Amino acid sequence: MSDAKRPAETLNGGPAEVAAGSAPSSAFLELRDLKIHFPTDDGLVKSVDGLSFKLERGKTLGIVGESGSGKSVTSLGILGLHNRRNAKVSGEIWLDGTELVSASEEQVRKLRGRNMAMIFQDPLSAMHPFYTVGAQIIEAYRVHHDVSKKVARKHAIDMLGRVGIPKPDQRVDDYPHQFSGGMRQRAMIAMALSCDPELLIADEPTTALDVTVQAQILDLIRDLQQEFNSAIIMITHDLGVTAELSDDVLVMYGGRCIERGTANEVFHEPEHPYTWGLLGSMPRLDRGRSERLQPIPGSPPSLINLPSGCAFNPRCPYADQTGGLSTTERPDLRETAPGHMVACHLGADRRREIFTDEIRPKL
Amino acid sequence: MPRIVFAYLIRRVIGAVLMLVIVSMVVFGIFFGIPKIAGQSNDQLAASFVGKAPTAEAIAQTKHRLNLDKPIWVQYGKWVKGVVIGQDFNNGPSVEHCSSPCFGYSFKNNQAVLPQLEDRAPATLSLAAGAAVIWLISGVSVGVLSALKRGSVWDRAAMIVALGGVSLPIYFTGLLALAIFSYKLDLLPGGGSYVPFSQNPGTWFQSLILPWITLAFLYAATYARLTRAGMLETLGEDYIRTARAKGLPERTVITKHALRSTLTPILTIFGMDLGLLLGGAVLTEHTFGIAGLGQLSIDGITGNDLPVVLGVTLVAALFIVVANLIVDLLYAVIDPRVRLG
Amino acid sequence: MKKIRPLAAVAVGLVATSGLAACGGGDSGGGTKGAGYNAAVDKVINASDTKGGELRLAISDDFDSPDPGNTYYAWSQNFVRLYGRGLLTFKPSAGPDSNQVIPDLAEGPGQTPDNGKTWTYKLRSGVKYDDGTPVTSKDVKYAVERSNFSDELQLGPKYFKAYLQDNSTPYKGPYKDKSPEGLKSIETPDDNTITFKLAKPFAEFDYLVAMAQSIPVPQARDTGLKYEQKMASSGPYKVDSYERGKSMILSRNPNWDKSTDPIRKALPDKITLQLKQSGDDIDNRLLAGSLDVDAAGVGVQAGTQGKLLTDQTKKANTDNPLQGYLRFASLNLHVKPLDNVHCRRAVQYATDKVAMQSAYGGPLAGGDVATTILPPGIVGYQKFDKYPQTYKQGGGLDDKTLQAAKSELQQCGQPNGFKTKIAGRSDRPKEIAMAQAMQQGLKQVGIQTDIVQYPAGDYFNKYVGAPEFVHKNGVGIMLMAWSADWPTGYGFLSQILDGRAIKPSGGNNLPEEDNPAINKAFDDAIGNTDKDARAKIYGQIDQMAMDDAVDIPIIYAKALLYRPSNLANVGISQGYGGMYDYLNLGVKK
Repeated sequence: MSDAKRPAETLNGGPAEVAAGSAPSSAFLELRDLKIHFPTDDGLVKSVDGLSFKLERGKTLGIVGESGSGKSVTSLGILGLHNRRNAKVSGEIWLDGTELVSASEEQVRKLRGRNMAMIFQDPLSAMHPFYTVGAQIIEAYRVHHDVSKKVARKHAIDMLGRVGIPKPDQRVDDYPHQFSGGMRQRAMIAMALSCDPELLIADEPTTALDVTVQAQILDLIRDLQQEFNSAIIMITHDLGVTAELSDDVLVMYGGRCIERGTANEVFHEPEHPYTWGLLGSMPRLDRGRSERLQPIPGSPPSLINLPSGCAFNPRCPYADQTGGLSTTERPDLRETAPGHMVACHLGADRRREIFTDEIRPKL
Repeated sequence: MPRIVFAYLIRRVIGAVLMLVIVSMVVFGIFFGIPKIAGQSNDQLAASFVGKAPTAEAIAQTKHRLNLDKPIWVQYGKWVKGVVIGQDFNNGPSVEHCSSPCFGYSFKNNQAVLPQLEDRAPATLSLAAGAAVIWLISGVSVGVLSALKRGSVWDRAAMIVALGGVSLPIYFTGLLALAIFSYKLDLLPGGGSYVPFSQNPGTWFQSLILPWITLAFLYAATYARLTRAGMLETLGEDYIRTARAKGLPERTVITKHALRSTLTPILTIFGMDLGLLLGGAVLTEHTFGIAGLGQLSIDGITGNDLPVVLGVTLVAALFIVVANLIVDLLYAVIDPRVRLG
Repeated sequence: MKKIRPLAAVAVGLVATSGLAACGGGDSGGGTKGAGYNAAVDKVINASDTKGGELRLAISDDFDSPDPGNTYYAWSQNFVRLYGRGLLTFKPSAGPDSNQVIPDLAEGPGQTPDNGKTWTYKLRSGVKYDDGTPVTSKDVKYAVERSNFSDELQLGPKYFKAYLQDNSTPYKGPYKDKSPEGLKSIETPDDNTITFKLAKPFAEFDYLVAMAQSIPVPQARDTGLKYEQKMASSGPYKVDSYERGKSMILSRNPNWDKSTDPIRKALPDKITLQLKQSGDDIDNRLLAGSLDVDAAGVGVQAGTQGKLLTDQTKKANTDNPLQGYLRFASLNLHVKPLDNVHCRRAVQYATDKVAMQSAYGGPLAGGDVATTILPPGIVGYQKFDKYPQTYKQGGGLDDKTLQAAKSELQQCGQPNGFKTKIAGRSDRPKEIAMAQAMQQGLKQVGIQTDIVQYPAGDYFNKYVGAPEFVHKNGVGIMLMAWSADWPTGYGFLSQILDGRAIKPSGGNNLPEEDNPAINKAFDDAIGNTDKDARAKIYGQIDQMAMDDAVDIPIIYAKALLYRPSNLANVGISQGYGGMYDYLNLGVKK
């Protein structure tokens, strides 16, 4: 491919052309100002526009946001799954000391599956219908491990057993369509974990499943995390899932991060009006019947033509309280408490006041 | 499982036989029905098997000899009887027996139909099979490359050539190929040079190169377009993303994951196309003077030669049925979601 | 829209390439210079006695049957003489000579002691079949019996059956009637003599025995409908294989003796005839030199004509002979107002023959404008023009001609013209185009016409040939084409002008011409053994019919034929309708 020109030293030393000050990251995973843009006939789609965060081993980061907020694009970007011909990726992605954006496709490919793996949303369409579940796991294992088919098969059966599939030595030869939805998701997880990845990205791992199965899968991911000490990025629009699993939570809107903090902070002391909206629209078992869900008014912004100022301003009930700043200036992500970052023009006091007075009682 | 397959095959064979019976009835119906609607009488039909300016007596004799003086169902019955138990044919000085399955005798040249079909089939088979190999390989590779290099100069050029291939008739491309490669450059034998494989494999091969390429060009063009579209669709599938996420090399992703899905629907079309062609590649056979089933069918149709038309139609139908069956069986092998039944 | 341009460019490029490739298509075979345009029409060119080589013929069709007793096609009648010898045959030559019949298997022309009622032929001695058995007169008798009287062989002409005396109980042919004497009107007093007894005098019997049906067939080798697969050969070649729709291959007949055969040269060692080849490809192969003759003899494809005529070296290898055909319009004598001779003459004048000629393909592929019913090259043809026409510069009949038409209309009592119908064959687009051209011409003198189209298959037996249909539907003008089975006035005219050829079940005398003088002239001619006297009568019949104005001759059909330079002994045979005579062709190396 066209990467032959790329300097070979990128994997270890970091590329020479990286701007000054971008020293290798010491964190296990760190994104620095990641931008993923897609040029189209209609204009430049800025799916991710300046995203930064860190994640350590054994920790889980939840990324939440509506469809089109850039969650999935970010995760595919980390794995390097965007076609470099039609996606412009810039910024830095450091994985365990290696910068991935400037690395060659081949280097990234070798990390994929082995060091970082992904659990996809819809396991029926995400697994090849013509190959057995076992074959697909074996393939994932053998691409990174030089072992015989027999050994790989044993490993696959082992993996299926570990994700809780009964009679794995028989089911290994079944095709995806012969599995139930939950079993398929388990198999998908088994496939993702087959090489003990240090980073696991789960993109809506439970969306297609019913609640009991959902809980089982989440338990499974949690157990496996403990077992493998992996870092996990949990992408979901379901805040309940995030709350249950995540250490940190990152809220995305219009391709940017608008609030970030520990799960506790984001769920119990959220400061961004969009986060309030998300929480308000979340179905909860403990919510009374008379209380109705509060959907966020309006619809997600166009990624080609984001609203000027704060991208959320057309939908924000408090945009008029910022003295016009919301429509003219994009708010920076600022620390409001140690480790808790918010991008909002409202003053910190005002935000807490609104939350305490108006929002919390309705949640 | 084998039992299920066996039962399935039995069902399909019964279906095929029924279909062939229906086809034969339809051919009979069309052959006699449509001219009748157009006002043609059996006398005129018989007159086409007599020389110029026939006498009424000659027409009557011929009508009687060919059973055209009997009702359609009697003629059909006699034909079916011939297929099932054979029939006798009067050559004049002698009577010969045509044993079952006897598909009758040509009205036009008085030869038994089945030996003619057997005689013609190898030519058509050679032509169609060779062309099929070429078009499948070239069409699919061009389609895959086009899809992978979508929007590139190569892609555009290939698709323009493919559009040309789809729209240019064989009697144009064939004559052009002959004019250039045979008559101008003298690289390959010209029209009418076909000999059976059994007679001379070398000449057989040489004489078929141009027909193969000409015929394959037409189909390759279609297949390139289909493959390109299918490949682009497949490359957008989630499981391709999964394959990449596993860290598979791109080559494996394309050949093992994408191509297999892309080729599955093409296989169906391929089966149909090949089946149809085996029933006679009419234009190619005509352009290159290859005496195959296609030429025979045209002769039969233009010559009002019912037994030949019936024979060729049934052979063509049989090929299509068999090709379909093979495709369905292969489908079940390739796509585990498909069940026979 | 963007995509269309490059594609159009590619398409244009391809067409241009094809044109170039086809134009440059090889160096016309042999390399020697052509003998000139129309050189082979009147004389045999490239004379040669050099033996050897392979003569390669191809045709887009197949035989009706290669069995000499079961074939009607002209090219087939021409070709079968390579492996069969009839009593007489057409002289292998060119021009007017080529419609003479000369002795072949017979020692001389038929002897008739009773003015054409009995015909006796003496066979040459020493003639053998390919298996070495001698040819006898009984085999000729048997050949005629099987070809004319059996139910099975129906593809050839039935003239012997029509003219010979039948047995007292109608003879059923040798397959049904196993009696030793067979048809009693053919006698074979010895192995070298054969006598035909006719029901009435028929002076042109020599032409009938010049047909392939007099080629002997030994009864022991006759397999009826299967005979075409394994024929006995009496000519210089034997048929090694005949595969329907594929090919026929001939090689030398070792038992052919040149001393018994003064007319055949038998030059090539091998003759191949490929069947069912693409017409365009045949032309290309002729031009490329990989083929010697298009056996059909009806001319090159429309696309090839331009190529041949624009290139002088290629044009020198072409002939544009008459094909013995007349395209004409018949005027029915019973459809008003065409029952009046003046109305018919008005149509004669007002028919724009030049426009009709163009509609059919112009002078080259269509033919020459005709003024007589008998085409040139047919015995009895006389040049005359009863209804002279003159044309304006740039096309169309001039005022003088239109005036002549109008004055005829006056005399007919239809000064303002009249209404009628023109019939043509729906599946012959060129004929319909001719009808349209005719319609335009007639309109100028007020004759309004509707064009009616009928399928070719039933044209004569159901539509225009059936008097009742014609009268009922008022079809005044009918287009058709006609050629003779043998090239004399009788062969050409008797079916289309003799009142006795009118049949309620459909025939070819479309005007229903039943002029007693013409009928008598036919009888006088065919009963007269004087060839020249007959020829004169045919000319008179033509004149009488034109006086009656029943038929409007439009064009004498022509075709453009190509002969590669390496072809030897090439001449156009009028006897076989303006194709090359195949008897003595050879190939120069």
